[in-house]
Amino acid sequence: MRESPRLCDAQEKEVLTVNIIACVKQVPDTEAQIKVKADGSGIEEGQIKWVMNPYDEYGVEEALKLKEKNGGEVTVVSVGPARAMETIRTALAMGADKGVHICDPVFDGADAFVVANALAAVIKTLPHDIILCGQRAIDDDAGQVGSMLAEALGLPQLTLVTKLEYTGSTVKVIRPIEGAQLSVETVLPCVVTAQKGLNEPRYASLPGIMKAKKKPVDVKDAAALGIATDAKAKVAKTIPPPARPPGKIICGDEPAQKAAELGRLLREEAKAI
Amino acid sequence: MAKGVMIVAEQRDGALRKISLELASTARKLADQSGDEVSAILLGSGIEGLAVELGKYGVDKVFVGDNAALEPYVTEAHAEVVAKIVKENDPSILLLGASVQGKDLSSRVAAKLATGLATDCTDVKIDGGKLVATRPMYAGKCYGEVVVAANPQMASLRPNVFPAAENAKAGAVVKVDVAIDAASIKSKVLEVQKDTSGKVDLTEATVIVSGGRGMKGPEGFAILDELADVLKGTVGASRAAVDAGWKAQKDQVGQTGKVVSPNLYIACGISGAIQHLAGMSSSKCIVAINKDAEAPIFTKADYGVVDDLFKVIPELTAVCKKLVA
Ligand SMILES: Cc1cc2nc3c(=O)[nH]c(=O)nc-3n(C[C@H](O)[C@H](O)[C@H](O)COP(=O)(O)OP(=O)(O)OC[C@H]3O[C@@H](n4cnc5c(N)ncnc54)[C@H](O)[C@@H]3O)c2cc1C
Ligand SMILES: Cc1cc2nc3c(=O)[nH]c(=O)nc-3n(C[C@H](O)[C@H](O)[C@H](O)COP(=O)(O)OP(=O)(O)OC[C@H]3O[C@@H](n4cnc5c(N)ncnc54)[C@H](O)[C@@H]3O)c2cc1C
Repeated sequence: MRESPRLCDAQEKEVLTVNIIACVKQVPDTEAQIKVKADGSGIEEGQIKWVMNPYDEYGVEEALKLKEKNGGEVTVVSVGPARAMETIRTALAMGADKGVHICDPVFDGADAFVVANALAAVIKTLPHDIILCGQRAIDDDAGQVGSMLAEALGLPQLTLVTKLEYTGSTVKVIRPIEGAQLSVETVLPCVVTAQKGLNEPRYASLPGIMKAKKKPVDVKDAAALGIATDAKAKVAKTIPPPARPPGKIICGDEPAQKAAELGRLLREEAKAI
Repeated sequence: MAKGVMIVAEQRDGALRKISLELASTARKLADQSGDEVSAILLGSGIEGLAVELGKYGVDKVFVGDNAALEPYVTEAHAEVVAKIVKENDPSILLLGASVQGKDLSSRVAAKLATGLATDCTDVKIDGGKLVATRPMYAGKCYGEVVVAANPQMASLRPNVFPAAENAKAGAVVKVDVAIDAASIKSKVLEVQKDTSGKVDLTEATVIVSGGRGMKGPEGFAILDELADVLKGTVGASRAAVDAGWKAQKDQVGQTGKVVSPNLYIACGISGAIQHLAGMSSSKCIVAINKDAEAPIFTKADYGVVDDLFKVIPELTAVCKKLVA
């Protein structure tokens, strides 16, 4: 399946070209006000500013670093409505080589399983050594697509990664877990999900933005993928966050007085200490 | 027909993680509504003894997979075994923790079973015979009630949110034959570097004292360490403090850090940006100490102190020392 040799004849100097796929999702800007529709069927999209999922920026940056160091090609893939093209162009402006935009109204109401299968159907047709995803998309906050994509492709997965090293035939990563840090190695191809700490994503440069306009983006509809598009998990209702009772501002003249009152309330009222 | 509630328990170094007890108790509550059985999957090496503990928290039956290849945790091996046990026993509901391991495993298992998964839930209930899982979306700016249209109905539970209550059941051990083809496991844990600070991880802490840019520098955090020591808590940080290099990435709370739900969250010198709130607004009691009365953190706080933190915190530490003595 791999079209470019990763490691040439041992006698020759190492030519480690690596084919990288970066999966990117367009999400509302983190500052966006989110308003639930009156009928609970979702959110109002009118005023939202759309950006690349911040975790995907780490994924794209890592893909570009791998390419710069080893040679190879970076393809960005996104499932989303027409506006998602902007996010693909952003990745191309950062330095990715080409894009695939999976765009079809049938993906309205898709879940992570459907999205992962759509991504898998496209990635299967492309040379791929390392597939990078964000650890989660900050809109649905599901954090499922990376693992589901790995399963769909039958590949190992390394999730929530803060450091990645490519050795030519394997990748070694650092994965923080609760109270420890793991060093894990796996073979290629594989899926890696990125989290903060992995790198500092670059900004697109002006020449980068100009060049991105000419880079190829393949647009595909669901029929071209031949996958089932019925979601397994459905958001039956979207609701505002649970209301918190209004808080108390602690009165007092001196810091010591305020501290004493706070301590008393935490002990007696909140029973938190 | 699919029946019963199953959990995937989590253990490390021969001890159950707290989330396992939270899962067991939650599963018990759900199962009691329909008179169903609670079963658990427990994987690892030399861990059969932990089944009793799960029984104490309401588990009727524990499927124990004991195999050296299951220790330490590797996704491919665990996902394979979990999927096999689930297929053979056909539970109607399958719950995991939204811990690092649980997040990694649950989505892989859901894909293997071609079912849906509600992640990082803060509430689960049965409505009309179906699981309804409530979960924060858009960084907690709204919540979604998720239903899964396939079996098992999967959900992962946010650690520290669901109570763990004793409710003794049999915890009967069912040994599962786990034949793992070593060649099929492509990933390998090379090294485990343990945090030697002796502090509980932020996601599991009952008390968190967090500092932001208002701490002025790394040395400022010393007063937070003292307060946290008295309250047996863990110190966290805002992104501003982490990006300035005052604290490590693992200490960051928020949208691009950790999501935490302690009993008590004390935010010191943190303005309360939306991305920070995303990581801590499911805390049970929130305290804000900030000299700016207009800081947005006060809109989420149960108790607010408007003052210089460098004056308030040492006093608070002294007060708490007396209270907990
Ligand atoms: C009510 C509802 C309406 C929806 N409407 C639409 C819609 O109109 N159009 C649409 O496309 N989807 C739609 N979806 C699907 C949904 O937005 C997600 O794409 C899907 O649920 C995946 O979960 P997630 O975004 O939480 O991904 P996560 O699992 O949190 O994402 C992890 C990583 O996977 C990758 N990834 C995730 N999603 C994509 C993607 N779409 N493309 C490329 N990479 C991705 C990214 O690298 C991301 O960082 C809808 C879902 C619901 C519930
Ligand atoms: C995509 C994205 C993701 C992000 N993710 C996160 C995240 O995960 N976590 C996160 O925290 N942020 C995150 N941020 C950053 C966030 O927007 C804020 O910039 C950050 O939280 C600010 O940190 P702060 O509150 O410590 O600093 P500031 O906003 O500068 O606030 C400092 C506060 O300290 C108070 N103060 C100063 N001196 C004193 C004193 N002596 N006594 C009492 N109070 C004092 C001030 O009044 C002020 O309110 C993210 C941003 C983006 C764009």
